[in-house]
Amino acid sequence: MQIIQFLILAAFLFCVGVYGVIVRKNSVLVLMSIELMLAGVNLNFLAFSAMLNDTAGQIFALFVIAIAAAEVGVGLALVILIFRGFGVSDFNELDEMKG
Amino acid sequence: MNLSPHDVAFGIIAAGMVIAAIGVVTTDNVMHAALFLVMVMAGSAAQYLLLAAEFVAWVQVIVYIGAVVILFLFGIMVTRAPMRATASQTNSQRFVGAITALGLFGLFAAIVVDAYEHTRFVPGDAGTTQAISSELFTDFIVPFELISLLLLGALVGAVALARKD
Amino acid sequence: MMSGDLVLGVDLPWGLVLLIKGLIPLALVPAGALIFGYVFLMKMLSHMQSRLGPMESGGFHGWFQLVGDGIKFIQKEDVFPDGADKRVFALAPLMVLMSTFLMYVVIPAGPDLVVEDLNVGIFYALAVSSLSTIGVLMAGWASANKYALLGALRSVGQLIAYELPLVLAVVGVVIQAGTMSLQGIVLAQADGEIFGVGALGNPFILSQIIGFTVFMTAAQAELVQTPFDMPVAESEVVGGYLVEYTGFRFLLFFLGEFGTAFAYSGLAATLFLGGWSLPGVDGDIMNWLGPLVLFAKVMLVGFVMFWVRFTYPRLREDQLQTLAWKYLIPIALVNIAVTGVLKVVF
Repeated sequence: MQIIQFLILAAFLFCVGVYGVIVRKNSVLVLMSIELMLAGVNLNFLAFSAMLNDTAGQIFALFVIAIAAAEVGVGLALVILIFRGFGVSDFNELDEMKG
Repeated sequence: MNLSPHDVAFGIIAAGMVIAAIGVVTTDNVMHAALFLVMVMAGSAAQYLLLAAEFVAWVQVIVYIGAVVILFLFGIMVTRAPMRATASQTNSQRFVGAITALGLFGLFAAIVVDAYEHTRFVPGDAGTTQAISSELFTDFIVPFELISLLLLGALVGAVALARKD
Repeated sequence: MMSGDLVLGVDLPWGLVLLIKGLIPLALVPAGALIFGYVFLMKMLSHMQSRLGPMESGGFHGWFQLVGDGIKFIQKEDVFPDGADKRVFALAPLMVLMSTFLMYVVIPAGPDLVVEDLNVGIFYALAVSSLSTIGVLMAGWASANKYALLGALRSVGQLIAYELPLVLAVVGVVIQAGTMSLQGIVLAQADGEIFGVGALGNPFILSQIIGFTVFMTAAQAELVQTPFDMPVAESEVVGGYLVEYTGFRFLLFFLGEFGTAFAYSGLAATLFLGGWSLPGVDGDIMNWLGPLVLFAKVMLVGFVMFWVRFTYPRLREDQLQTLAWKYLIPIALVNIAVTGVLKVVF
């Protein structure tokens, strides 16, 4: 196996995630795009871990998964707050502070 | 260049993941986006298995099923669960976003190809459960404990944010 | 995997080995589901509740009725509800069935009779078993029916709540056996000793009786069986996520449900009752005897499971969540702590 096949796939996932974060209006869809970016990062960690035969990469991947879980938890709590306060889940409509 | 079974498996799974990832960011139906995300996550787990990282692969499965299911539920809540997409979920930044993403991808790909073009490798035993557990509970014990504190903090924070009274 | 693999002393090319290893679980899922469906759901239930049902076709206790029912299901028209999301609707039962299929891969039936002895076997089995949650949600949402959606939401709340006690109950066994491989757990029980007496081995049900109780309760909830069958309660949500499914697709859900019940019984038998091992019998003969021993233990666990199912009334939704979060999870955590301490002490 070549290392670049994994790295390019990981880069692709990350960039698709970036695109999603920029263009998505719905808060839940933005969270899903962030998950895509994290999946790309994890693939990178594991590819390098396998290439260098170093367990540290695996451990970092586990930490990324744990932090992603925490991030989804807090993120969705914010979505609930926004949804309850404004009745929308659309980031474009959150323009209370616009003059 | 001769292809090993591993390379063929990689190609098939990677193709599925690419299609599913594009689906996540383009479909206007939140439920379909969640299902595409399931496909990407399952594909990632399969890639981890190719990289001989079996423990991380199964952790990915067990953690992300819960995560995706919860995303599903929130999708149902915030969109009132329409069967068909009622409105576009994409804003007017589509071209800016596409240019940014493509430029970033080009940059990454150029760097990666430049650095590792001919590097071939065979996964070793760094991904076995035994190796991970012995490192996790010796060298990484402090980060491990910190992660559990962070999860507790996130848990309390989420409850504090979302409770009604 | 690449070279010839030795299967029961026979040398076979790796492609054939892979094919056999795929086909065996594929055949076991419907076989296990039909055995459980017939023996327990149809015959045991009807005799326990004194309503015999069809006893004529095929002679002995109407065994042929099951085949007839199967043919009836397959003949029926393939109906999609108006407004349903067709692709998701069609994929949902397959998702449930796939999760069942994947569980069979790691359950050992003899010293060499296991499709793939992963060294994180039990962790893998619990991970893939929770895949069915996604299938249930897909079914409930894609049916375009509010009762289906309500049923699916109930089901998800239940499956997530009871996955924790299920995993925590297993941790006690893993600590005691010192391995997550199911084959290793079986061997640990076969070679174990009870206070220096090794005649019976050491089935973990003796030392992990609390874990076993928690595991069986949580498994009952994961399987959506009474007393935890609110997601498919006819009187409340008219069948829940199954309401729009008919014919062949309903049959797939049926196979998934009872196939999973068979797999959970297999897991419980392997984790707590010693799996394929039989006290006092050793060596190659277990490759032939093992499946029978395991089958007998699976039927025993299945009997208990369905006995509970036919005996208790349905809980309320809040009682269900209370049971999981306030009782089962703390009990399982205490069990882990005590097991850990005893493991270090002895």
